[in-house]
Amino acid sequence: MPRTKQQIEKGLTLVDAINEALAQEMERDERVVCLGEDVGLNGGVFRVTEGLQKRFGADRVIDSPLAESGIMGTSVGLAMAGMRPVPEIQFEGFLGPAYDQLTSHAARFRNRTRGAITCPLTVRVPWGGGIHAPEFHSDSPEAIYVHTPGLKVVVAATPTDAKGLLTAAIRDPDPVVFFEPKRVYRSFREQVPEEQYEIPLGKARIVSEGSDVTVITWGANVFQCLEALDKLPEDLSVELIDLRTLSPLDFDTVCASAEKTGRVVVVQEAPKTCSLAAEIGMTVMEKCFLHLQAPVQRVCGYDTVMPYAKLELEYLPNADRIAEAIQQVAAY
Amino acid sequence: MMSTLPSASGSPHAPTPSQPADITQITSSKVHMGANGAPKREPGRQRPSAALPNETLLRWLRDMILIREFENRCAQAYQQAKIGGFCHLYIGQEALAVGTIGCLNHDDPIVTAYRDHGHALARGMSPRACMAEMFGRLAGCAKGKGGSMHMFDKPNWMFGGHGIVGAQTPLGAGLAFAAKYEVEVMRRTVDGGPARRKVALCYLGDGALNQGALHEAMNLAGLWDLPVIYIVENNRYSMGTAIERGTTMAHDLTAKAAAYGIEGVRIDGMDILNIYDQFKPLVDRCREQSRPAFVDLLTYRYQGHSMSDPQKYRKKEEVETVRQRDSIELLSQHLMAERRCLSESRLQEMIDECKAAAMDALTFAETAPAPEAAAELYSDVYVNPQPGLSPLREYHQGAKNPLL
Repeated sequence: MPRTKQQIEKGLTLVDAINEALAQEMERDERVVCLGEDVGLNGGVFRVTEGLQKRFGADRVIDSPLAESGIMGTSVGLAMAGMRPVPEIQFEGFLGPAYDQLTSHAARFRNRTRGAITCPLTVRVPWGGGIHAPEFHSDSPEAIYVHTPGLKVVVAATPTDAKGLLTAAIRDPDPVVFFEPKRVYRSFREQVPEEQYEIPLGKARIVSEGSDVTVITWGANVFQCLEALDKLPEDLSVELIDLRTLSPLDFDTVCASAEKTGRVVVVQEAPKTCSLAAEIGMTVMEKCFLHLQAPVQRVCGYDTVMPYAKLELEYLPNADRIAEAIQQVAAY
Repeated sequence: MMSTLPSASGSPHAPTPSQPADITQITSSKVHMGANGAPKREPGRQRPSAALPNETLLRWLRDMILIREFENRCAQAYQQAKIGGFCHLYIGQEALAVGTIGCLNHDDPIVTAYRDHGHALARGMSPRACMAEMFGRLAGCAKGKGGSMHMFDKPNWMFGGHGIVGAQTPLGAGLAFAAKYEVEVMRRTVDGGPARRKVALCYLGDGALNQGALHEAMNLAGLWDLPVIYIVENNRYSMGTAIERGTTMAHDLTAKAAAYGIEGVRIDGMDILNIYDQFKPLVDRCREQSRPAFVDLLTYRYQGHSMSDPQKYRKKEEVETVRQRDSIELLSQHLMAERRCLSESRLQEMIDECKAAAMDALTFAETAPAPEAAAELYSDVYVNPQPGLSPLREYHQGAKNPLL
């Protein structure tokens, strides 16, 4: 689909970039199909698949009932047979009913069959808080899927990353959980290359280089971290890392930065206990202990159920909390 | 294809079948039940199985005997603690796997639950690879990684072997979907070959009738006109729970199919000729019309659910009653008395050959090498090579899968 005047002049939103990645990959590879409730006629619950059914037909952009176990299980069967299904689960909380198919089947077939049968599906999941929605519609369950051997987990924070990572995810021979931070679905635009490209899974992006403190985050929190950087004294040099892929996690980049700065802050929306931030902190401790100048700090959601709209900003990490943690680590 | 509105036409559903819904109530091998239990045979019309050559029926008989002898050896090996974990035997249900698979083309995909040795052997897996898998040996069909419940055989279009009750049912829908997509959208296979219409068989136990995944899968199959046949291997017991204690409409399971606009049929599964007579036309219909179906296939397991089952839920007499109509017995009698293509001595030879094949599998499995941890533990979790997975951060390429 040709880009609109607005897209040409002002760039793409995250939604636009995902849509373009899907369209281009469907054009390239006939084995790619999208399925989920309302992905076709209605263009998806967040309109991410807008226009795809019109372009590729109802046989390839398939409206299903809301039946996550069926959607995911059917996608697993399709993938086993050599197709490249891209199911959409409308909200991260709705992964619950699909959990069995994703973790008992998709994640394990390669290992269970020693490579004879694989499951190259990419499940797209709007993810995370910040849109004033209640629980199930604002959760951050990524640690559960990172904890599942056999799944790859991706979170794209920017339109450019989203397009390249989704293209790589669909082409990847393993099952990928592709989390889309809905808070930044349409919050900004940027110029994105029009041709297809891949951003390799498992490679973090250094958003800004620095030498005093390393800040590690992913998803929409990248932007709260950038906001926090503006609140810091000018002589404090922060290296901000957007992980982009949570499994496999780019510990080479994380540890190189931790060894350089000796001071690490991990920022995430998810509850703190047993989270990915805990895993990152522990790995940094194991691998970089002699380089550390301060204990690793975590800025997280709280160990509560994700609250509804009015308390949401209380729960989510914000620039003030992040800036405070950075300064504490720097001053240790 | 999917844009076509579903016909949801199924067969007209008769609420109360006149024939028994319980294998223990069937005493005559002459009972043939049509859709919803109604007698089907039209007088003077030849049974489809009558056209089958003797060789086919003799091969089926041999396959059934092989499964039974193989399972006897599994039981022995399990009791000797040579097989780890759990072991679910197929003894009693042999006609079901052999008969239904006998109605397929080689490239029709099948998927089943955890009582899967019979399907694997019926699909053509070598007894050696099957037994070695249970022994956890490298020569197993999944290189000793899956075990008893995870028999996979891609060259023979067998997609598992699944340990979670009912969870395989959407996979059956997906396999059928892919086959339909190849024919109707790509007009070639995913590998670039010529596409042809296929039917996917998805087996489930009667216990899986109560799992949600099945109902989502049947709804999707009905909605999208997927050529998948859900075969309930109704052996009356979900572990220790008799079907009527755990399942509504146990007297007429086809009602569940009717709810999804899917044709439902009940078939006596102890008589393999009867399976063929009823199941083959159903397979042909599903293939030609690209429609799903649901089969309540009455069968019975002679052994416990697994190897450690006190069997308090049934009486020995019940087992004995069903054994009066043992599927191997029924077919050998037919071949001897009616077809006159089998003698007592040839039958005995066949049994001896199958015993020898099962013994050979056992010996092979016992002596086959175990997987090497360094080579096998860290491979195939993700596409190889996957650096950083081993605690040593060294990647070792695993041995090639014997089925690839």
